[in-house]
Amino acid sequence: MSFGRMHRKEDARFIRGRGTYVDDVKLPGMLHGAILRSPYAHARIVSIDTSAAEAHPKVKAVVTGATLAGLNLAWMPTLSNDVQAVLATDKVRFQGQEVAFVVAEDRYAARDALELIEVEYEPLDAVIDARTALDAGAPVIRDDLEGKADNHIFDWQAGDRARTDELFERAEVTVAQDMLYPRVHPAPLETCGALADFDKVTGKLTVWCPTQAPHAHRTLYAMVAGLPEHKIRVISPDIGGGFGNKVGIYPGYVCAIVGSIVTGRPVKWMEDRSENLMSTSFARDYHMHGEIAADRDGRIKAIRVKVLADHGAFNGTAQPTKFPAGFFHVFTGSYDLEAAHCEVTGVYTNKAPGGVAYACSFRITEAVYLVERLMDVLAAELGVDPAELRMRNLLKPDQFPYTSPTGWEYDSGDYPKTLRLALDMAGYDELRAEQAAKRARGELMGIGISFFTEAVGAGPRKHMDILGLGMADGAELRVHPTGKAVLRVSCQSQGQGHETTFAQIVGNELGIPADDVEVVHGDTDQTPFGLGTYGSRSTPVSGAATAVVARKVRDRAKLVAAAMLEASPDDLEWQDGKWSVVGDPSTAKSLAEIALAAHSNLELPEGVEGHLDAVTVYNPPNLTYPFGAYICVVDVDPGTGQVKVRRFVAVDDCGVRINPMIVEGQVHGGLADGVGMALMQVMAFDEDGNHLGASFMDYLLPTSMECPSWELGETVSPSPFHPIGAKGVGESATVGSPAAVVNAVVDALAPYGIRHADMPLTPANVWRTIDGRPFRTDLAIS
Amino acid sequence: MRITVTVNGQPYERDVEPRLLLTHFLRDELDLTGTHWGCDTSNCGVCTVQLDGVPVKSCTVLAVMADGHEVTTVEGLEKDGELDAVQKGFVECHGLQCGFCTPGMLLTARWLLDNKPDPDEGEIREAISGQLCRCTGYENIVRSIRWAAEAEAKS
Repeated sequence: MSFGRMHRKEDARFIRGRGTYVDDVKLPGMLHGAILRSPYAHARIVSIDTSAAEAHPKVKAVVTGATLAGLNLAWMPTLSNDVQAVLATDKVRFQGQEVAFVVAEDRYAARDALELIEVEYEPLDAVIDARTALDAGAPVIRDDLEGKADNHIFDWQAGDRARTDELFERAEVTVAQDMLYPRVHPAPLETCGALADFDKVTGKLTVWCPTQAPHAHRTLYAMVAGLPEHKIRVISPDIGGGFGNKVGIYPGYVCAIVGSIVTGRPVKWMEDRSENLMSTSFARDYHMHGEIAADRDGRIKAIRVKVLADHGAFNGTAQPTKFPAGFFHVFTGSYDLEAAHCEVTGVYTNKAPGGVAYACSFRITEAVYLVERLMDVLAAELGVDPAELRMRNLLKPDQFPYTSPTGWEYDSGDYPKTLRLALDMAGYDELRAEQAAKRARGELMGIGISFFTEAVGAGPRKHMDILGLGMADGAELRVHPTGKAVLRVSCQSQGQGHETTFAQIVGNELGIPADDVEVVHGDTDQTPFGLGTYGSRSTPVSGAATAVVARKVRDRAKLVAAAMLEASPDDLEWQDGKWSVVGDPSTAKSLAEIALAAHSNLELPEGVEGHLDAVTVYNPPNLTYPFGAYICVVDVDPGTGQVKVRRFVAVDDCGVRINPMIVEGQVHGGLADGVGMALMQVMAFDEDGNHLGASFMDYLLPTSMECPSWELGETVSPSPFHPIGAKGVGESATVGSPAAVVNAVVDALAPYGIRHADMPLTPANVWRTIDGRPFRTDLAIS
Repeated sequence: MRITVTVNGQPYERDVEPRLLLTHFLRDELDLTGTHWGCDTSNCGVCTVQLDGVPVKSCTVLAVMADGHEVTTVEGLEKDGELDAVQKGFVECHGLQCGFCTPGMLLTARWLLDNKPDPDEGEIREAISGQLCRCTGYENIVRSIRWAAEAEAKS
């Protein structure tokens, strides 16, 4: 009864400016922290003189790597079992790296004091181009690691190499393409920050921090700082967008905690935009070489991929431990083929750490981009329409559940139906006719298709963990005597509307209005343990936990209702949101009636404890696999290289939609991300490692003018692996849309014989590509 | 410097550093935290407020420049317990997700409708083009403002 469009509960505070973001929290006696950062990408620290800063009248403390070393906190573990400097002690390894931390009475004074710190550096040669990181003689970035003599992090592979190679040898047609998914940043409008309050008397540490994973943060703080975990409370208040940027633990958070311990007062640290873009996580940076083997009528046989992965100066990617390339090996996408193989090599460079962030579903963005670009390259090679080529190779409905060549078990779907709907909505044949007419006139119009399959909702925990913490999430449901309920979940919304949709799930299971359900999240003292919100796992995991815990309540309510009716539970049925004796609706008992009885002196059968409260831990049996078909239409100005996205049709299948309004909003946002990444967003570096995208003046994000009016459609294939058949949707559009935009632009450029151009397709890039002089988009333009 | 700024109809007198940004004045001095800060370079617009009825980015206005002027923030939109039409529109049309850009969008929307009560989609898009939203892809913000225009036309 509670699924469907419903206004968001969250909105009441946000439209009044009454949200509580971390920088809105003020505590008595609160101090402000600021971080001094390295101007160099690679340099040895010769000396740090903090005396002038310490003499500033408003400065309360100056913390350096040496201070932290004394506390054994100069280095912290990363989410990929590497270590990262909290404050540099020996060397700086990327521009913007944290060097010193100042605590002062106000944020302006803290910034002033940074200017008073003298650091002497001895600059070193930097490794900026990942493609040279493994060259003999390349500067060794991680000489802090014992015996480390190169910049190699890992080699990883998936799939069947021998079978794949064999299919390539026998193939009638093969195509290959190098492509770069450049380094980008999720850039939520609220930057990262933390407010730490250590109470010396009670030993309790409270950290307000906009984290997508509050429980993981608490456990890691306990492990890193040696603080007892029950004395740590992480409060993740309203979050001004996350998109993966707010998963990790950053040096600034640790500095704020240390600052509070040192000064005995609450310390707030908020990064500015440049700090955000330069230091706290990034995404992608995959240099890929992909190949497809097919027969002459366009049946794909195999895909082979080699990737060089730039992980920056510390390997800090956030992903399940077993998968150093995340879920990249889902790169066979939505197609039926015989074998596939990928090799991924991770390297250190003198850039910020990160890699998995930005709505990527653990690198499925890169995988989808790769296969969808390759499909278009193959279509061009064969002279087949890209829609027709996809239709020939899409998995068929009767193949589900489908085990992919790299070991994934896709859950459900009718892919051809979804693609057909998108083609119909777009008016594909008419678009092709319009394009032909325009080409005849010398105008550049492009139509790009992307068909993606996502894999979201990690665990199960036997396969998925982060630093040993299994990916399963708890939920607690308390039903008050009057039938109103409080749900407590481990995940944390950054705008996805959990307070609304999760209440709808409970309402749907218990026959009560969603307005009668309060959702509590984002506070480790008030919610059960779980790994949090990223990789689109809230609905697939915490949403499932919510349904399961609500069903436990409903089962208990059945026993109580049976006692109320003096009937056997076996004679009861759940009808219209109430328990009643089979065939006798007049006996129906609502949850509110049952809840009151469960708290009353009604005699309950032996073994029934009373009350209706329940807890659960949900360990997902499998991932869920949302999918969709996207079609983008662009016009390109041959004189300037300017791309205009004219239309964008998106048909998403995310299984059962709990609140279609919110689903559509999630898709809209992801589509804008795709346009941004395809056309404008990039963090490039010059040869010295200077960050060329360190403000919103240089790191361009799409505005209302670059985004078209999105045209959405839907198909619904419930997931058999989820209690309510939902699949999750938060990242689908970000994963699926960049390829559609790039395919459209490349299609527009086909008259020039162009088959590929790297993102972002800025006017300069498009113009130079037309001119036959493409450039590396990840390096300074030369 | 001693300044007097009227915010949401109420005068506030404060001693401030000449370099204090208006956004920090509103947030830290007056506790009006509905106005946000996002980029320092006037690009993102989450700090947008109205200065004498015109949208400005309060991260690039000094508090002293507002001396003797009137500022309207998101907290001033609701009047006598009645939400402004733009606030209602954003709820109706799901014009917000994380809520961080929302206050600035609302103030620009209010300014647009005050000056152009019946804007078309293109005019709405242009009006908000100096403000970023990372969640909505702008679609529902445009619809929200259009909803507000229609609601006000009916009333």
